[in-house]
Amino acid sequence: MSNKIPVVENILNANDQLAEEVHRRLNQAGVLAVNFMASPGGGKTSVIVRTVRALMDEVRIGVMDGDIVDLDLRELAGMGIPVSLINTGGECHLDANMVYRALPSLNLDALDLLIIENVGNLICPAAFKLGVHLNVVIASVPEGDDKPYKYPQMFRGADVLLLNKMDLQEYMGFDVEYFRRGVEALNPGVTFLPISCRTGEGFDAWLTWLRAQINGRGAAK
Amino acid sequence: MHELSVTQNILEIALRHAQQAGAVRIREINLVIGELSSIVDDSVQFYWDIISAGTIAQEARLNFVRVPAKLRCRQCGHEFALGRNDYVCPACGSFAVSVVGGEEFYLDSIEVDLAEPQPGPGQTP
Repeated sequence: MSNKIPVVENILNANDQLAEEVHRRLNQAGVLAVNFMASPGGGKTSVIVRTVRALMDEVRIGVMDGDIVDLDLRELAGMGIPVSLINTGGECHLDANMVYRALPSLNLDALDLLIIENVGNLICPAAFKLGVHLNVVIASVPEGDDKPYKYPQMFRGADVLLLNKMDLQEYMGFDVEYFRRGVEALNPGVTFLPISCRTGEGFDAWLTWLRAQINGRGAAK
Repeated sequence: MHELSVTQNILEIALRHAQQAGAVRIREINLVIGELSSIVDDSVQFYWDIISAGTIAQEARLNFVRVPAKLRCRQCGHEFALGRNDYVCPACGSFAVSVVGGEEFYLDSIEVDLAEPQPGPGQTP
């Protein structure tokens, strides 16, 4: 005899529960965790390096990097900040379990800000919660202005959206208004900051935003 | 893509619920997957055949119910399908929209064979 058993359980339930555990540990340590997502070549590492350089004298920063080699971490390690490579073995995203297992590799109590660099991909990372406090999505001008329309999940989940490589806008015919409308449609009121990692354009606004998040963390919890 | 880990999660959830119900075999697994939850049915089925081998879910059929992405205009309430290149409401021209369908990603139910009831005292099997 065949019987139907109702289940109604989210397929990623196990990940979501681990993400909650990660979140608890981060809060216990009093560290603000920020997840950086972008396509490969969008500028995650460059933005992180420039951000760390600007803030490292005032904020205690650690970086976790989901990657297959430690190339991106060498420059940061050379600057003397604690770094941890999450070797993804070619996976298309970080998940809560990878972050959970990497937590002991950093002394969280000695950090104010934990930067997590996700795998370069605009699809899969959006589906896996990590337990962080904030999601930063970096888009870049050469990728084209239609990205919010192709990857709604990624752009919906952003707490701040950085549009990088603005120094190339005049050469690429990138329609900032069309791009911004796509973001605003799905994620109304999201902080939208055009920047250029190369020239430094817009970085003051980004750093001001990030400082406010770090300072406001205690109140927000 | 990450179909292998997704398939492992599906198996874990199905086995757990089957065990709780005292099932001896899982016949069918009903999944509800939204259009925005990118996953490839054939790929899940491929992994399923491998990882379910030797479990009570071996040879279970995976049924995928697909839910199209749906948007709702926050200005006029009109609901419409996700377009290709813009999010403009076809009824009023507003571009303030909410996603109201297409993000589903859950195991809805399983069809199982329950264990035959144990013969009570005094009964002849």
